[in-house]
Amino acid sequence: MADDTSIGGARHQFPSTHWSLIEGTRSAHAEERQRALDTLIRAYWKPVYKYIRLHWKKENEPAKDLTQEFFVRLLDKGLLDRFDPARARLRTYIRVCVDGLVMNEDKAAHRMKRGGDGVLLPLDFQSAEGELIDLPVVAAEDDPEKLFAREFARSVFGIALERVRRECDEKGKGLHFELLELYDIEEGGKELTYEEVARRFAIKPTDVTNYLAYARREFRRVVLEELRAMTETEDEFRREALALLGVRL
Amino acid sequence: MTRFLNDSALERLREAADSPELTGTRYRLVDKLGQGGMGGVYCVEDTELERRVALKVISVPDPDGACTVRLLQEARIIARLEHPGIVPVHDAGVLPDGRPYYTMKLVQGKRLDEHVESIASLSDRLRLFLRICDAVAFAHAHGVLHRDLKPANIMIGPFGEVLVMDWGLSKVLGPSPANDIPIGHADSGAATENRTMLTAHGTIVGTPGYMSPEQIRGDASLDQRSDIYSLGAILQFLITGNAEAIAKPLSAIRVRAMAENPETRYQTVSQLSTDVAHFLDGLAVSAYPESTMVRAWRWVLRNRTWILLLLAYLLTRTLLIFFRPR
Repeated sequence: MADDTSIGGARHQFPSTHWSLIEGTRSAHAEERQRALDTLIRAYWKPVYKYIRLHWKKENEPAKDLTQEFFVRLLDKGLLDRFDPARARLRTYIRVCVDGLVMNEDKAAHRMKRGGDGVLLPLDFQSAEGELIDLPVVAAEDDPEKLFAREFARSVFGIALERVRRECDEKGKGLHFELLELYDIEEGGKELTYEEVARRFAIKPTDVTNYLAYARREFRRVVLEELRAMTETEDEFRREALALLGVRL
Repeated sequence: MTRFLNDSALERLREAADSPELTGTRYRLVDKLGQGGMGGVYCVEDTELERRVALKVISVPDPDGACTVRLLQEARIIARLEHPGIVPVHDAGVLPDGRPYYTMKLVQGKRLDEHVESIASLSDRLRLFLRICDAVAFAHAHGVLHRDLKPANIMIGPFGEVLVMDWGLSKVLGPSPANDIPIGHADSGAATENRTMLTAHGTIVGTPGYMSPEQIRGDASLDQRSDIYSLGAILQFLITGNAEAIAKPLSAIRVRAMAENPETRYQTVSQLSTDVAHFLDGLAVSAYPESTMVRAWRWVLRNRTWILLLLAYLLTRTLLIFFRPR
């Protein structure tokens, strides 16, 4: 297939240009830097907060402080400068940094109480706290890497879904997204036959197959694009795709 | 604001994102059929031939490419085994998403473990067992070990077809290059190394309860006697709970097939199936040595029609001698 890219797909499916998140955070252009930081925070703040709550068993107020403190450090103290993509994936590096911060919790809390750097990010902790109710209880022996990876996957999938919804709406394919929601997000959706769904939406059963395939394909594409934006190297991108989606690129 | 996804929604989305990318291929996705150790199996429509087939594709993380190698190996092994008891492979290749796949006949039926209750008579169960043996013997004759024989890997079709499925753990026997199957893009030397590595990894070694003791130990030198042990376990599954199955010869067949030491097992599948067939026909079986009396009684039973005719003839002659008018 002459049109295939090096990451194993037809050229139209996965853009081969790679925008470096870490380089973006170091960019001299304020707009570029802000874009990189937004991407990073958007994907990681909930996993970081939930990880502190679940793995470190912190109450919500200290967890909020630690999450804020973590991102303040990430932005202002040059934590990302020390990240070496040859040694670890970014997700693992961020988790290890969080571990380091929590282990020095007293000092961090003290700094926050003193006012820290005075920068507070507009993070919706209330929604993150609400989500914790629906999460399974985490045992002390649970692998922290797995826990963080699961929350990261939840965050990336959530971001990707919003994007697919928006793009489907823009293209007049809202029904395609509705079918994805029905089958793959809502409980019990899988129990419905294509014929039942076709009757419900007044479409043909073959349309159900096609619309669903389209929405799933778009979801996969967007997840991979988001992952590409959040990873540093081609190798890391492939490994994250494997870890999150189980797909080999 | 992003929507909260619980763990099951997360899993469903992962599965959805993992659905095979079929754009630009001759296949159209219909449904997911199941999930194996390393791959998902989907029902797809072959739009050119207008028929439904099963498509198997890797669906687990495969950082070192071991699963890819194994999937291709599996497809090539099945393709080599053209037998009515082995599901035929139609096509193999790489999907637009980069994952290798192969398609095979879509078997619409029930797994043996789900179907067994509907087979009431012992003789029907044993006849079914003989058909499983036929397929496995054919594979052995072509130098292929299955290594994961169990009721869940036997499909019974709507017209009574018996198919041995899931050759994902199969192995090609023999050092001869002619007997070897190239794996992936590797040469035969690399292929042997990969196979050994995959076995040595022990990530997928079989199913407890159906694995031979040497397979559980992880012996590298498994041979067809390991499959014979698994067939013995399937025989045990088929006869358990059947009152007729307490017949000593049948029990002896199972014991011999499942002997701890491979040297004391049946050495070939045909030896095992011959014994089962003999049992069905009321003949002596090699696994159960009989006394002269039992052998004589079995001979009498087998020839009872002729014996009864002879006795009737002799009785008539005797009566004629005594009651003949003088």
